[in-house]
This record gives sequence, structure tokens and C-alpha cells, in this order.
Amino acid sequence: MSDTEYLRIEQVSKTYQVKKHTVTALQKVDLTVKKDEFVSIVGASGCGKSTLLRIICGLDTEYSGNVYLSGNKVTAPSLNCGLVFQEHRLLPWLTVAENIELALNNHTEAQKKELIAKYLALVELAGTEKFYPNQLSGGMAQRVSIARALVNQPEILLLDEPLGALDALTRLNMQKEILRVWKQERTTMIMVTHDIEEAIFLGTRVIVMSPRPGTIKKEFIIPDGVNKCQTDIEFIKLRREIYHEISA
Amino acid sequence: MTDKTNNRYWFKADDEKQGIIFPLLVLAIWQVVSSLGLVNPILMPSPGRILTAAVEMLTSGELVRHLQISFIRVIEGFLIASTLALAFASAMGIFTRIFSWLNMTIQLLRPVPPIAWIPLAILWFGIEEGSKVFIIVLGSFFPIFTNVLGGIRQTENKFVELAKVLQIPQRKFIMKVVVPGTLPYIVAGLRTGLGYAWMCVVAAELSAGMHGIGYMLTDARAMIQTDRIIVGMLAIGIIGKVMDSVLLRLEGRIVKGKELFTGNE
Repeated sequence: MSDTEYLRIEQVSKTYQVKKHTVTALQKVDLTVKKDEFVSIVGASGCGKSTLLRIICGLDTEYSGNVYLSGNKVTAPSLNCGLVFQEHRLLPWLTVAENIELALNNHTEAQKKELIAKYLALVELAGTEKFYPNQLSGGMAQRVSIARALVNQPEILLLDEPLGALDALTRLNMQKEILRVWKQERTTMIMVTHDIEEAIFLGTRVIVMSPRPGTIKKEFIIPDGVNKCQTDIEFIKLRREIYHEISA
Repeated sequence: MTDKTNNRYWFKADDEKQGIIFPLLVLAIWQVVSSLGLVNPILMPSPGRILTAAVEMLTSGELVRHLQISFIRVIEGFLIASTLALAFASAMGIFTRIFSWLNMTIQLLRPVPPIAWIPLAILWFGIEEGSKVFIIVLGSFFPIFTNVLGGIRQTENKFVELAKVLQIPQRKFIMKVVVPGTLPYIVAGLRTGLGYAWMCVVAAELSAGMHGIGYMLTDARAMIQTDRIIVGMLAIGIIGKVMDSVLLRLEGRIVKGKELFTGNE
């Protein structure tokens, strides 16, 4: 394994039983992700993209094949790998600060306070420590959950359709936020989405998956030079190609 | 056995006023029927007669004495039952092994009505305090236990997954995730349990013993003092309501940030 290969997925297959039928969620998926990459995974619903994330972070261990994170086989969740769910999953009875504090288990009170303030500032929510989740908008709540996922400084952050439940305007702002956080923190990120524009906008690489059985169909390297602007000609061309792959 | 009927709106002054109209109406009709001599006063004394009996029993201290005895029994039994129920439910809710060990036994004991234990309880613990408290413990243990265990089981899977991803230690997970989520169920269980405790003490005292509000009822029946029976029953109802209101206030303080559904207009 070369130094730059941070995540390595080898021949991962996953099947499960629905009554008498065997459903193949993933079939022989191979993928390697380098440090500092931002990989977007797009595909129609049911193509196993969320399952793949759950396997990478160790939540799902019932599969065949191997997953290595910086050389070590993944068998259980670890602090090296953060996960942001589609819904924010903030506990309604804890404040913003207490929700982030859930992730901090090996720190002194002073360190915790400092880290919470630092990561809230990172997601531009400084000073909201004492708010309760029901006092936050959907976008703010999701940003808190991103702060919570990052506060342990994981080397890789998985995002499972993190913006799926947000309205279009909030979504655009959040995409910029995530891009900024990625550049600032230099955390390797893998994001699952069903939005092609979002995938191109955020990704350095876009993986297209196809459903039943879930396999990787094609991958697109997004060149550094691409103007990440939805009206740019190259952006539109990429979008058309990816769309073609998904719908073909 | 989730008693989720929530009548916190009883505390609103307006509703309180409206709630009193119907009982007053019933009382008025009752008084008229009695005054006209339409019912046998021995079987159904008039409200006036009952009021006189109530005043007599209050001034003589009889009513308070019996109520006090029953009340103390209920508090003792209820405290023991809630401690046991919380301990068992938490242990069984969190540790699978303890659950598989004990659940069968508890589920077999649960359907036996507390009253069915009275003969055995008297033989084991004597005719007064011991057996009464035992019956109360039995009666209020199960609703509290079932609610609390059910509440723990309701811990949302999405939070369980989150805890795995964030590597939250077990203790912290229980304190910050499981317990707060279970609080509404705990309060619901305690309310139901207290109601059962109060019903059980009356049932136990009705069948044996020489003290308590239940005994007062049997005693009055033996003397065919219908007015005293009814005063006793009213007292049981009032005390039960007051105890429930106290727990309801507790619920209001614990279960925060939840709008309760109080019915359609």
C-alpha cells in the first residue's frame, strides 16, 4: 500500500435477505481513496452507496471483502473515521455544546471547552453553545453535527447525503461551507449524494454507482482547473456525462 | 401498560371551573330525588346526610386516622416498588444477559392480580402492615417496571448508531442518551404505579385488618352506615386525585420542550 492510499476497499460484497429473496446490495466493489481527496459517490437510490459508507466506518460488519483504513483492517467504528448522517441526529435534550461534547471522551474540561468553541467557529456557529437543537434551523443543526463529527479530528470524514434534507438555498450555502471546511482542515472526505451538481461541486473525484447489484460503474476525475460554477461550460459537460452514466 | 392519558390541562383555572359544573349538577339532582323520598335513604343517603357524616368523621378524627394509616402504607409500598422497578428495569434494559435471565419469571408473575396474593401475604407477613405493604409493592411494581423497560427499549436506533460512531463510553451513553429519553416513560410509569398502589391498599384493607380507609368501608358496611361508606369512597377518590396531581406537576417539570396534545376543541 502506497503512502498516499489512505482508504482501500477490496472486493467488498454485501447481501441481505428480504424474506426468501437474496438482495445483493454491493457486488465486488474496489475503491482506493488518497489522503486529502474529496470523493463524491453518486447513484440512484438503492445502489448501495449508503451501505458502502456504513461498511467503511465499521457500523456494518456483515460483508465479504476487506476494508483498510491507513493500513489497518476496519472491524469496528474508530475515532479516525467520522460520519455525518443525513439527519443531524442531535439529541433534543442536550445543548449544542453538550451534543458536541458527546464525541469528546479523553479530554479535560478546559480542552473540551476550547475544542467545542473552535469547531463551532469552524462551521460559523460561534456562540451558539447554549442553544437547544429545536432552536436551530435545519442547516444550523446539520453544521453542528458536522462540527461534532470533526471535533475528534478524524483523518477521514464520511458524509451520507448530509444535505439531503435541506432546502435548495441552504443547500448551496452548505456546499460552500463543506468545501471551505475540507480545504481548511485537510480531512479526507467521502460524500454520498444523489445530486450530480453537488458531487461535481465538492468532489475531486466523482464515483458513479449503479444499482441492483450495487457496483462502481465509472469514475470521473474532476480536473483542478474546472471552474466550480454551475454555469461553466466544462461543469455542464461533466454534469451531462455523469447524468448519462447514471441514467444509461 | 403505558398510561399516557395526559390531563395536565386540569391545571388551567378555566377548565377547573368548567370541570366542577357536572358533579354539582349530579349532586343537585341527587338531593332533589332524595328529598322527594324516591330512594331508600339506607341504600342511597342524600348529599346533605353524607355531608353531615363527613363533618362528624372529620371532627372525630376517625377519617383522618384511617386515611393516614392507608397513606403511609401507600408511600412505603410505592417507594419500595419504584426503587425495585427502576433497578430491575434498568438492569434488564441495559444488560441482555440479565434480561434473558429474569424476563420469563417477571412475565409469569405479572398477570397474577395483586389481590390474589392477599391470602399468601397474610400468612407470610401478618394481617396488618407487612401484608398491606407487600400487596402495594406487587401492585405498583409491574406498571412502573413495564413502562421504564419499554422506555429504555424505545431508545432510538439512530442514537445507538451515533454512540457507536462517536465511541461514547457505556456510562456516558446511559446518562446522556438512554436516561433522558426514558424520563417521560418513567414519569408515566410512576403515575400508573401510584394509582395502582392506592387501589391495592384499599383492596387489601377491605379483605383483612382493623385499620385504614378500606377497613373503614367494611366496618361501615357491617353497620349498614351507607353515608360513611360513601364518605370513605369520596375520600379515596380525592386523595388519589391529589397524589396524581403531585406527580403530574413533576412530569411538567421533567418533560421539557414537548407540547402535549390536550384534545380537539
